[in-house]
Amino acid sequence: MTTAITASPSSAASPGWRALKSLARRRGAVAALGVVVFFVLLALLAPAVAPYDPLATSWSAIRKAPSAAHWFGTDEIGRDVLSRVVWGTRASLLAGIVSVFISLAFGIPIGLLAGYVGGWVDALISRMTDAMLACPFLILAIALAAFLGPSLTNAMIAIGVSATPIFIRLTRAQVLQVKVEDYIEAARAVGNSPLRIMWRHILPNIVPPLIVQATLAIAAAIIAEAALSFLGLGQQPPAPSWGSMLNTAKNYIDNAPWMAIWPGISIFLLVLSFNLLGDGLRDASDPRQR
Amino acid sequence: MFKFLIQRLATIVPTLLFVSILIFGLQQLLPGDPAMILAGEERDPTVIANLHQKLHLDEPLPIRYLYWAAGVLKGDLGESVRIQKPVLDLVIEKLPVTLELALLAMLIALTIGITAGIVSAVAKDTVWDYAANVFALWGLSTPNFWLGIMLILLFSVTLGWLPASGYVSPFEDLKANLAAMVMPAFVLGNAIAAVLMRHMRSAMLQVLSTDYVRTARAKGLDERVVVLKHALRNALTPVITLGALEFGTLLSGAVLTEQVFTIPGFGKLIVDAVFNRDYAVVQGVVLCTATAYIALNLAADLAYFLVNPRLRDSHG
Repeated sequence: MTTAITASPSSAASPGWRALKSLARRRGAVAALGVVVFFVLLALLAPAVAPYDPLATSWSAIRKAPSAAHWFGTDEIGRDVLSRVVWGTRASLLAGIVSVFISLAFGIPIGLLAGYVGGWVDALISRMTDAMLACPFLILAIALAAFLGPSLTNAMIAIGVSATPIFIRLTRAQVLQVKVEDYIEAARAVGNSPLRIMWRHILPNIVPPLIVQATLAIAAAIIAEAALSFLGLGQQPPAPSWGSMLNTAKNYIDNAPWMAIWPGISIFLLVLSFNLLGDGLRDASDPRQR
Repeated sequence: MFKFLIQRLATIVPTLLFVSILIFGLQQLLPGDPAMILAGEERDPTVIANLHQKLHLDEPLPIRYLYWAAGVLKGDLGESVRIQKPVLDLVIEKLPVTLELALLAMLIALTIGITAGIVSAVAKDTVWDYAANVFALWGLSTPNFWLGIMLILLFSVTLGWLPASGYVSPFEDLKANLAAMVMPAFVLGNAIAAVLMRHMRSAMLQVLSTDYVRTARAKGLDERVVVLKHALRNALTPVITLGALEFGTLLSGAVLTEQVFTIPGFGKLIVDAVFNRDYAVVQGVVLCTATAYIALNLAADLAYFLVNPRLRDSHG
């Protein structure tokens, strides 16, 4: 702790700021952030960017190869593939972010409770977490989506719930590390309530690993949404989604391969970017790596 | 050993209990009367009344759970509404196909993952290491159903080398079976290869910096012998046990891979069941995969325990 007092002003900055600066030095992560920002803008500006209405069919332009009029070609009922890829960004990003938000909203409080209270509460929560982790992620999500009914909202709920146990486990493990620290003991000694200690003293100190995991979980959730939509359990046609576009494209692979190429490349790029960003954040928030 | 086994088994019982509650609970997510939905499109009143009686729908929820769980313990996973067959029979029927796919995929994943991991650890910070890491990121970021479609485009549509779909039993025609399975197995193994590569790389780097490896090198042993004989054996242990945990990824991936390549396995069973609203089959498949995962997890722990003398001794 004495180093913090004698250190120069620049290195006395908050850990979050230092992590960001460290992140900025990693070229891969910065490029990945650029790609993510690009896709976010694409999703927000879809109405302005997309050259055509993503739902507009045209019987005179069925399965046309890429051309000046249709850069990515057209699909089996003459819709513009580029416009559908652009609009599909919305479903993918929404699913990635909302489902991880669901996981965090359940995972953090439950994990805090298990880690801080301990005893039978922890034992109960841990066994329930084990049980959920025993069901393969996508299979659990498929089962949930099946029982809830197919829709983008239900797919997001299914993915979010299926990914929750990872966050419960991570939060719990972090709490166990932090709660033995002197400042928590001090907070308890001055009479803070358990709720306040969890919220004000423990939570802020376990945020970095949660951010890293959340970033990687967005990548997994985007693939999962595409997978559910591919199976017909996510975004319902005719609304555009990369996964459901691939589902249709599969049937026309021998005479309209462009239908399959672009949605796939989009999923790949977006997922790769979140993975790279997550890896970069992990390295940047790890003091040993700096 | 015995003590460890008992301790480990003791944690499995509550886990299995919660798994069963979770899966039973899925049914409660259905809106309205489950019998109405299970009865299918016709909604025949006698069928509905029958289902009510059979599923004990007029009893309170905990009692219904007990009936269901007692059935499961006796091997009764319910009956498929669609195919009119016991769910367990369907699972047993489809399992060998998925098992073959999973084994081939694991074989591919181990070959690629371990080789790439060794190369990248031995040649740390070189272009090989860089290439292996790029491969791992690629494997983790490519949706396997898309990779499957792209491989069909290349090897079936363009080159015409491999069949795009279909399944032939290996007992009927082994060559045709392998031709049909090589693409799906690669697609499925690809993502796991990436995970294994990362595990292998870090395990290998750790082992290569140990004293006994330094001693082996100091003795003047050939580097190849040091890496492949001395280091690999110790680095492989955690990788194999971590690899066993990838079983879940394997099954999740199999659902999509089987869908892309139209392979009549476990994954296709659950997807078809979802669309036919055959909920007992969905529950049965989830229950079987979860149980298998727990059993495999236990086996991996035991294997780790058996090959690690320090753990063995401390638990007597």
